[in-house]
Amino acid sequence: MIIKQVSVFLENKSGRLNEVTKILGEAGVNISAFTIADTSDFGILRMIVSDADKACSALKEKSFSVQTTDVVLAKTPNKAGSLSKLLEVLQQEEVFIEYMYAFSMKDEGAVTVIRPTRVERCLEMMQKHKTELLGTDELYQL
Amino acid sequence: MIWNEKIECASRDEMAAVQSERLIQTVQRIYHNIPSYRAKMQEVGLLPGDIKSIEDLKNLPFTNKTDLRDNYPFGMFTVPMSEIVRVHASSGTTGKPTVVGYTRNDLNMWAEVVTRTLCMAGVSRDDIVQIAYGYGLFTGGLGMHYGTENLGATVIPISGGNTQKQIQLMQDFGTSVIACTPSYALFLSEVMADMGIAPEDLNLRVGIFGAEPWSEGMRKEIEAKLKLKAIDIYGLSEVIGPGVSCECEHQVGMHINEDHFIPEIINPDTHEPVEPGQVGELVFSTVTKEGIPILRYRTRDLTRLIYDKCECGRTLVRMEKCKGRSDDMLIIRGVNVFPSQIETVLLEMSETEPHYLLIVERQGTLDVLKLMVEVQEQFFSDEIRVLEKLKKKITHNLQSMLGISVDVKLVEPKTIERTAGKSKRVIDNRKI
Ligand SMILES: [Zn+2]
Repeated sequence: MIIKQVSVFLENKSGRLNEVTKILGEAGVNISAFTIADTSDFGILRMIVSDADKACSALKEKSFSVQTTDVVLAKTPNKAGSLSKLLEVLQQEEVFIEYMYAFSMKDEGAVTVIRPTRVERCLEMMQKHKTELLGTDELYQL
Repeated sequence: MIWNEKIECASRDEMAAVQSERLIQTVQRIYHNIPSYRAKMQEVGLLPGDIKSIEDLKNLPFTNKTDLRDNYPFGMFTVPMSEIVRVHASSGTTGKPTVVGYTRNDLNMWAEVVTRTLCMAGVSRDDIVQIAYGYGLFTGGLGMHYGTENLGATVIPISGGNTQKQIQLMQDFGTSVIACTPSYALFLSEVMADMGIAPEDLNLRVGIFGAEPWSEGMRKEIEAKLKLKAIDIYGLSEVIGPGVSCECEHQVGMHINEDHFIPEIINPDTHEPVEPGQVGELVFSTVTKEGIPILRYRTRDLTRLIYDKCECGRTLVRMEKCKGRSDDMLIIRGVNVFPSQIETVLLEMSETEPHYLLIVERQGTLDVLKLMVEVQEQFFSDEIRVLEKLKKKITHNLQSMLGISVDVKLVEPKTIERTAGKSKRVIDNRKI
């Protein structure tokens, strides 16, 4: 299943990330996972949140540049070599990845957020290889 | 030494008589040779015969930079091309350059006025003058060159750049006068220090600095670092080039060669002449030029005129150091930059009007142009490389339009202050 990731443009200056989390907190949006890609003067904050639409409108209201991007969430067991196995599948099926980030949760396993160049194909191939996928609701319940 | 004492020390009445006679002739020639200016005169019901003295100058229509551009390249020339012996073009970057043409007489007159300014600066035929203004389409190098030769001083026609060699030659040739932009003079002093050369090792005595705005503070700094007298020279290619006006050794305003270039100060909003001594926009009418005479040219430079007799003995009217511009043009490293050009580049890249802020700073001796662009939805991408590419593209497009490098920074929306709905587009931190 395709998940909407929320991306926010941030300048590299103090307090900006805090500003975003504050806005989302006030809007009652929970952040399940996030990562920041940065350069010397700006960065992109990417987040998986409980309500992407709500997050977008709250941030836009405060003049942030916001975008949603389709990503796939893959769940792998919390043991050595499982991420490698997942990547091997993707490589074998020629699914190219723009970027990815992951977080692990002790007992429930690890979740990898993947932004493939072609989302549909990625999903198809993962289903074919029986990779466990996560929806937002499930992620939120973790 | 005063090069042309008769005219440089003439009484106000004598000067007015010379100016009036020359103005009448110039109006005749322009009216009969330049259709665009004739149309302007007809529009306000003026015939050449209505201009009887300099008192009538204020009734004539203005000439703007756009008039030169609209008549690109040679439409404002009043003589056939066979009479034109040289052209120069401004470094302006809005679309087409402004082209000016000189007849043989124009070049002689130009050399004469530059020679006068050199004498004002205290230069004599015994001096060795290193000309580090650019030679080429820019008027700075060649303009200074022929004036210096006309004076009889020794010219080192080194042109701009190649700083280490400049210093080497100063040392080897015993350069006593340096002519360049004030920011380059400061840069020279820095490189000298790096090379372990003290100003005492050189023979420098006078610096003739122009082509960009500079402050009294900068003058003190240059004088301290290079151990010379820093003289301000003013000129613009539309009028002639360098030599329109220059300070004398007393450094109390620049004497205008007003028997050739009649100055006026107007209120840039009402276009009316200001009260004597008040600050306003400087307007020039050339009254001896043949190639491209120009009436009431709006320089956009803000200054005031001083008519008191100077201690040097000259009666030529003086203009104060320019205090700014009546338009939003910036002069960065000798290049004219208009914010509208930046807007054009940004508009070409997006559907909606971008918000931006231009910041000009002087880092050390170099003017640096920074551009902050708000990353609004139309620019935003989730991928770093797309944003980096956007930044590179803006930088590249600006570089090719302006000819100078711009440091582009992407910022969050609404970070640029809006004043009355419109964003404040330029901050000049150079303190000049
Ligand atoms: Zn004087």
